[in-house]
This record gives sequence, C-alpha cells and structure tokens, in this order.
Amino acid sequence: MNYIIGAFKPACSISVTFSDGKSRKQVALKKENGQTVMVPLFQSQETISGKISVEPVSGKKVEHNGIKVELLGQIEMYFDRGNFYDFTSLVRELDVPGEIYERKTFPFEFSTVEMPYETYNGVNVRLRYVLKVTISRGYAGSIVQYQDFVVRNYSPPPSINNSIKMEVGIEDCLHIEFEYNKSKYHLKDVIIGKIYFLLVRIKIKNMDLEIRRRESTGSGSNTHVETETLAKFELMDGAPVRGESIPIRLFLSPYELTPTYRNINNKFSVKYYLNLVLVDEEDRRYFKQQEITMYRLGETSEATL
Amino acid sequence: MIADGVEDEEKWLSAGIAGLQQNAFYMHRALDSNNLKDALKYSAQMLSELRTSRLSPHKYYELYMRAFDELRKLELFFKEETSRGCSIVELYELVQHAGNILPRLYLLCTVGSVYIKSKEAPANDVLKDLVEMCRGIQHPLRGLFLRSYLSQVSRDKLPDIGSEYEGDADTVMDSVEFVLQNFTEMNKLWVRMQHQGPAREKEKREKERSELRDLVGKNLHVLSQIEGVDLEMYKEIVLPRVLEQVVNCKDELAQYYLMDCIIQVFPDEYHLQTLETLLNACPQLQPSVDVKTVLARLMERLSNYAASGAEVLPEFFQVEAFAKLNNAIGKVIEAQENMPIDGVVTLYASLLTFTLQVHPDRLDYIDQILGACVKKVSGKEKLDDRQATKQIVALLSAPLEKYKDIDTALKLSNYPRVMEYLNARTNKEMANVIIQNIMKNKTRISTAEKVDALFELIKGLIRDLDEDLHDELDEEDFKEEQNSVARLIQMLHSDDPEEMSKIIHTVRKHILTGGRTRLPFTVPPLIFSSLKLVRRLEGQDESVSGNEASTTPKKIFQIVTQIIESLSSIPVPELALGLYLQCAEAANDCDLEPVAYEFFTQAYILYEEEITDSKAQVTCIHLIIGTLQRMHIFGVENRDALTHKATGYSAKLLKKPDQCRAVYACSHLFWLDEHDRIRDGERVLLCLKRALRIANAVQQMANATRGSGGSVVLFIEILNKYLYFYEKGVSQITVESILDLIELIRSEMNGDNAPSDPAADAFLASTLRYIQFQKDKGGAVGERYELIKV
Repeated sequence: MNYIIGAFKPACSISVTFSDGKSRKQVALKKENGQTVMVPLFQSQETISGKISVEPVSGKKVEHNGIKVELLGQIEMYFDRGNFYDFTSLVRELDVPGEIYERKTFPFEFSTVEMPYETYNGVNVRLRYVLKVTISRGYAGSIVQYQDFVVRNYSPPPSINNSIKMEVGIEDCLHIEFEYNKSKYHLKDVIIGKIYFLLVRIKIKNMDLEIRRRESTGSGSNTHVETETLAKFELMDGAPVRGESIPIRLFLSPYELTPTYRNINNKFSVKYYLNLVLVDEEDRRYFKQQEITMYRLGETSEATL
Repeated sequence: MIADGVEDEEKWLSAGIAGLQQNAFYMHRALDSNNLKDALKYSAQMLSELRTSRLSPHKYYELYMRAFDELRKLELFFKEETSRGCSIVELYELVQHAGNILPRLYLLCTVGSVYIKSKEAPANDVLKDLVEMCRGIQHPLRGLFLRSYLSQVSRDKLPDIGSEYEGDADTVMDSVEFVLQNFTEMNKLWVRMQHQGPAREKEKREKERSELRDLVGKNLHVLSQIEGVDLEMYKEIVLPRVLEQVVNCKDELAQYYLMDCIIQVFPDEYHLQTLETLLNACPQLQPSVDVKTVLARLMERLSNYAASGAEVLPEFFQVEAFAKLNNAIGKVIEAQENMPIDGVVTLYASLLTFTLQVHPDRLDYIDQILGACVKKVSGKEKLDDRQATKQIVALLSAPLEKYKDIDTALKLSNYPRVMEYLNARTNKEMANVIIQNIMKNKTRISTAEKVDALFELIKGLIRDLDEDLHDELDEEDFKEEQNSVARLIQMLHSDDPEEMSKIIHTVRKHILTGGRTRLPFTVPPLIFSSLKLVRRLEGQDESVSGNEASTTPKKIFQIVTQIIESLSSIPVPELALGLYLQCAEAANDCDLEPVAYEFFTQAYILYEEEITDSKAQVTCIHLIIGTLQRMHIFGVENRDALTHKATGYSAKLLKKPDQCRAVYACSHLFWLDEHDRIRDGERVLLCLKRALRIANAVQQMANATRGSGGSVVLFIEILNKYLYFYEKGVSQITVESILDLIELIRSEMNGDNAPSDPAADAFLASTLRYIQFQKDKGGAVGERYELIKV
C-alpha cells in the first residue's frame, strides 16, 4: 500500500503561512471530513498576505508552467456538492514557468480584500474562503494546495433597536402579552423580557423559549428551507394564573449562532427566530414565532458588555 | 387503589433518590477535581429529580432535603471557586445557561448566596433578582420549595440593622420588600394548590396543603426577626402588606393560618399599636374562616401581655383596646352571618377574659359584654349546643374567678340574663360553679338584696325550671347539688340581726318554691341558721331587744314554725320532728315556755299521726326523751304532761327490747342533776322497775318461742342505769336492789338453757370492773360503792 501511495505522492509540498500568523486569532473550522482545524480569522477589507513555500521532495526537481495563488470566496450547495460557485476570485502570479530544485518561498499579498460574506457552515449550504495555490504542470497535472481561513464581519450596534412587544391569544382560551427587550441581538447578548398572562383557561404545563434558525437555499420554485432549533430554554414550570408575569433572561453565548444573513449572493439566507412555546397538560403546543436579527458585534466592544 | 398509590409513591421516591444520589456522586467527583463545567452539569441533573410531579408534599420534602444537603456542598465549592479567581459575576451567569428552569433557579439561588457574601454587588440587588426570577416556577409544590430554599439561603444575608450586609437607610426596607414579595408569591402558590387535580381528591389536597403551611409562615417569622422592622415600619408597611395578601387570597385555610401566624410571631406591643388594622381585616376574611379562634388567640395574647406587668396597662388604655376589640367582634359577628352560636359566645368569653385582665375596675365593660352576648343569643329559645353552653359557662365563670367575689357578679345586671339562656342542666352546672366559688372564697353575702339576686341566679338548683328533666337526673348528683345549696344557706350571714332576719325571709321565699324533693335538704340549714340568730339575740338580749322590736326571737320562731310546716306536705315527719325538737330547745334557751311547749306539741302530734314505722318510732322517742330531758323551762304541769306522754309512747313501742330501752331512758326525765326541781326518785325507780318487768317478759318470751333464754344484755343495761342513779344518790335505788339484779343476771347467764353470749359476758365484766374502779377511787362515791359487795 505504502508503495502505491508513494507513487502518487506529490512531487513537492506546499505550505502557506500568513504574515501575522502568530498573532492573528485562530478559530475552529469544521472541515468536510468532520475534523475541526484551527484557522486564522479575517474580516472584510483586511489585507491577506504571507508566504508560500514550495519544497520539492528531496532530490527531485519540479518542472512547472507557472505558480499562482488565488483567493476564492465560494458557495457550495449540498444538492450540488463539489460544484463551487465563486463569488470572489483574486489571483496573484507567483512564479514564471521554470524548475524548482530546492525550497523556494514566494511572498504574496491581497490588499484590502472585499469579503462581504461570512464563512458559514449550514445544513444545505456552505460558504468558505480559501487560498488556492496551483503549480501548473503540463503533463503530470497541476499540484494544488488549499488553505482555509475564516471571515467574520462585525457590525456596530444598530442605531434603532426596538423591543418586540405583542399580545397574542386564542379567544377565550389564552391571552398573553410578551415582550423581548430588543429586536436585534448580538451573538453574546442576553434576551431580557417577560410574558404576561392576561387570560388563562387552559392548564399549561410549561413554557419554553426556543431559538430557531431558518436556512433557505435556492430561489424561486427551488427554494429549500431548513429549520433547526438551536436552543430550548425552559421559562416556566407549572400552570400560571391570570396576572402572572414570568421573567425571561436568556444568555445567547452558549449557543452556536451566526449573524442573520439576508440573501447572500442570491444563493441563501439565514434567519433567526424566537419561538415562544406553551405546552398544556394534553401536550398541545401553542406557539408564537418572532424574527430577531442577529449581528456580530466587534470583539472589543463585546468584551466590555 | 389508594394503597397502590402509596406504594407507587414510595417507588417514585426511591427512584428519585437514586437518581439524585447518582448525579450527586458525579458532582462530588467534579467538585474534587475542581471541574466547574462538570459540577454544573451534574448538579443540574441532580436537581432535575426535583422536577417530579408524582410525589406528595411529604415525600417531596424528603427529596428536597437531600438535594438541599448536596447544594450546601456545591455552595462551598462556588465559594472556593471565587477565591481561586473565578468571577462570581461570571458564575452567576454561567448557572443561568441551564436549560431547565428548576435546576437553573436552584443553582442561581445557591450562587446568589455566594454572590451576596462576596459583597461584589449590593445584597439587595441580588435578592431582588432572585426573588423575581423565581416567578418562573408556577407549579405550586415546586415553587413553594424553591422559594423556601431561597428564603433559607437568604435569611442570614438580609441587610438589616447591625448585619454585615447593612447598607444605607433604605436597605432594611429592601429586605422587607424581598421577604414580603417571597411571602406573597408563596402564599399565592399555596392557595392555588387547592385548584389543581381532580375535585374528588380535594380533601387529600387540603391535608397536603396544610402540611406545607409552615413553609409560607416561615416568611412571617423571618420578617419578625428583622431588627430593622420597628413599630413604625410594621405599622406602615409590613402589616398592611401582609394583611392585604391574606385578605385578597380569599382562601379559608390560608387566612386562618396566616392570621394566627401574624398574631403569634410579632410582638405584643406591635399588636396593641396596630390593633385597629389587624381587627379591620377580620370581617373581610372568608365567612368560613374560624375568625373566632383567631380573635380569641389575639385576645389571649393581649391578656397575657397585660398580665405581664402593670406598666404595660397604660398602653392598652391609650389605644382604647377594649373599644376596638368590642367593635371588631361586633363587626365579625355581623359579617359572618352563619357563625354558630358557640363561636359568638367564645368571642365574648375571650373578650371578657381580656377585659378582666386589662380593666378589672370597669364593671360596666363586663356588663356591656354580657349584654351584647345576651342580645346575640336572644333569638334562640335555649341553648342546646354543647359547645356553646360550655362557652357560656366559661364566660360566666371568668368574672367569678377574677374577682373571687360573687358580689361583683351580682352587680352585673346582664349576668342573670345570660344564665337565662342556658338549658336546665347547664344552668345547674353554672349555679354549682357559683356556689363552689362562694365556698372556696368564703364569700359572705350579707344583705337580703344580694341573697335575693344570688338565689335568682342559682334558681336552677332551687326549683324545677320549665322542662322536667327528672327522668335523667341522677339521684347522687341531685343530692350533691342540694347539699351545695344547703352549704350555701349556711354561708349567708349578717352581723345585723335585722338584716339577718330579712335574709332568712328571702331564703325562705326562694326555697319554698323548691318542691318536695328539695325541701328536706334546704329547710334544715335555714332552720339552724334561724336558730343561730335566735341564740345570738338571746346572747345580746336586753340591750337590743328594747328598740328593735321587729326582730325578736318570738317572731323568728313564728317563721321557723311556718317553714317546718312546709315540710308537712312531704312525708318527712322524722325530719320535721327533729327540727321541732331543735326549736323547742332553742325556745327553752330563750325562756319562752309556751313556744317550747307548742313545738313539743307539734313534735308529739307528728309522732302520733305520721310516724308509723316502728324503727323510726324508736329513734324518735329517744330524740324526744333526750330533748325533753334538757328542757328546764316547763312548769310542773307542762312537764308532767309531756313526760307522761313520753313514757306512754315508750311503753307502747312494738318490740319489747325497744320498749324496755325506751322506758329505762325515760327514767332520766325525772332526775336532772342540774335542776333541783326535777328530782323524783320514786318515778325513776318506777321506770326502772317497769323496764325490768319488760326485760323479764322478753326473757320469758324467748323461752317460750325458742326454748332458750334471751339475751341478758337488757338486764345489764338496766343494771347500768341503777348504778348511774345510785351514784347520783337517788335514795330509792338501794344497794340490795343492785345486788339482787346482779344476782339475777348471773343466774340467768349460768342457767341451763342460757345461750353463750360473749358480748354480754364482756359487758357484765366491764360493768363490774367499773364498780371496782369506783371503789378503788374512794371518796364519797367510792364509799357508796363500797356498799355494793359483789
């Protein structure tokens, strides 16, 4: 086996190092094979630079028709796996055609790259950023090396952030008024609110607040919607009576949330909802879903909160 | 079905305990290895066992206590964790990530406790947050236990005067607010419990609820322990808020329990100062609430407070405690229309006890209470309710016990009116209580007016009341009662003869209504009481009798005669006879010969006409002889007439031995040592001889009927009489006759057919010994005895 693998072993190894690789924040990224690796984190408008070294397997020379590095932003729909749609594609030529006998290092730089979308790993869609190094060879096929990195984009706190307040009910059965302190939450935020019972004619067993993520992919008649419940947080145990007011305090930090993505490159959207669920003694569920907008707050301002 | 339920519950409980212990085990491991994440995970899982709905409060408590112990360890761990540099604020957030609310809140309270201790945030902010978050548990049982946990972990951390968490002036207020809120929420949950589950299990649920009441009540206890709750704050905030909750919860069980709780946990002086507020709440309670017990307890507490020292009494006057209580009771009775009559009376009885303690000098208050009570019971005929009558007895007894003086009760115009409403049995009981009280305190009732009132009070004993209860009347009890009345009559006394005479009149008036069954008991003491007066008049004789002509022995004798005559309707001739003889003797002492003679006449008439039983005759004749012997005022003629009659009666007794004894007794009628006038030896001898003849006859009769000699006892008795008169120097009694008699006795005893009779032997022997003794003594008597040569 080893022998056979050895035969197909690439003629050289390619490694990518980022110029601020030591100090840059690394985040976990789940790869296709299920493994989690730590990769550097960038945001839009940042300059991505570093070095690419090519080292031929000892004693061999690598003949090539040129070496290039590409920065790709790709969207992969799972119904069309393997087929990437590049929404961003930048290329830097590293070397003119020639031969490499020993380890050779090429600096590269993509300055102030526009990366409007965040890295995302969904149920039916994946958005990834990758550096692709290609050593083109005529007959033996090109040698390609990928280096993933993650992009996250931060937003300032919204200037308008109204609370969500609503009275809902089933006639002569259940009337409640609920209030969430905001309509826009950052990822480490805490949802504060309360539920006020105006009329209770059913025997409620408990009440949960769910955080649901709705991922819709495709467009038109091909739209595919997938909903996941990311959090199920019990708010109340037992049957309340009229006039009771139940507090809500839900910390978002334990959950793996992303910002709300609206119509990313016409390919997909990710939206978040708060779903208030009341369950009665016969296990009937009464619920009311409200969309909330998630956003990523700058790291520094996040820490002070 | 029920047994199954219990078994199932056991099973669930043990399953719960097992789950709890298992997770506690993992939690301990996490604690030991300082693994916060695991500690939180397993503690939350452990606490999830408390989410069960299957256990009764009792069993749930068991589970809760186990969890409680584990949480203490966790709290300790949290504390260490913060000293290791973990931020308490972070910890406070971290525990809130738990998805299930119940474990989350238990953990939050536990961390909260550490948070307060760390003083990184004002204690009040943390407390406020905790008590607010606990609203998430709306399940009554779980909520009650959670809040009770909160109360438990917070009670030593409440900002208070002098506590280490003391902050600025408002903090005590915040503590109070915290406890009040927790109390209110707990009470709401507790009240709500009754509405959950099927209706048929209501009773069981109420029982379970009752088991949980102390969880709610503990909050009030905590409030009472806060130093900063002074009278002002209690009055302005604590009490109104607590009462608001109590009134608004509209639940019978809770209202009763909490009212009682308030009364028991807060200090007396607070109650006194907030009496009006507290009392105003009472009429607002549910009609089914046992307000009377609540009020009774309050009054009991206040009474005890009043009793604690005279220095507190001014407080009572200052707040007009009596007026307020009286007013409140009126309102409560009005508000609770169908309060049973015993409840009403209980309330008044408590108020009375209170009044006696606080205003012992205000008889008008007491009368007012009794009056109000009368008004309330007046709708009904008589009270048959056992409980109610018991309470009325208590109500009526209280003043007696307090004042130790029936006089006071007699001044209360409503007192007899209350007694009116008792049924005959209880009325009697009460009358007995009154009499016992008089006896115990040796109260003297010294005016006719009071006597009149008193007898009016105890009329249940004096005469038959409307309904006739004789059928169920125990004879023993009846005797007991009437003996009490008799003793009471003896207690009536006035130093003023005039007044005493009036008292006698009054008593007579009352006892004459008593009927045939009572008179034999009540007449004698009255007669003796009257005779006592006669003797007293006699004692002071000249000095008084001159100007106060109205009360003379003569007049009293007239009444006495009438009284005894009243006995004639009842066949108790022996008693009447005895009384006549007593009177005769008294008349004798007063030198009223005609009166004495009249009494004797009456006695003789009774003897002749009424006393037919031979045994009774024997007794009576001896009484007559004994009395007559002591009479010294009779002139010769009268005396002759009476003695003649007496000897005549004696001789006519049915049984010979009785005859014999009566006749020799008559001998004493003719020889009085202390009166020279009456010394008729001839007739003495005559009597004794006659007695001997009869004794002989007895002997012969015995021989004839049974073939053996009768007892010689009679002879020995006669011998003793001979010796007596011989000793007194009656010349007609000769030595020879004595010796003859002794001879006779001896021969009788040694006769062939004489039965052996040890008693007679002993009797004779001691008689002879007496003779010897007198001889040995010497002197004049000894000399006379020397002549008797036995």
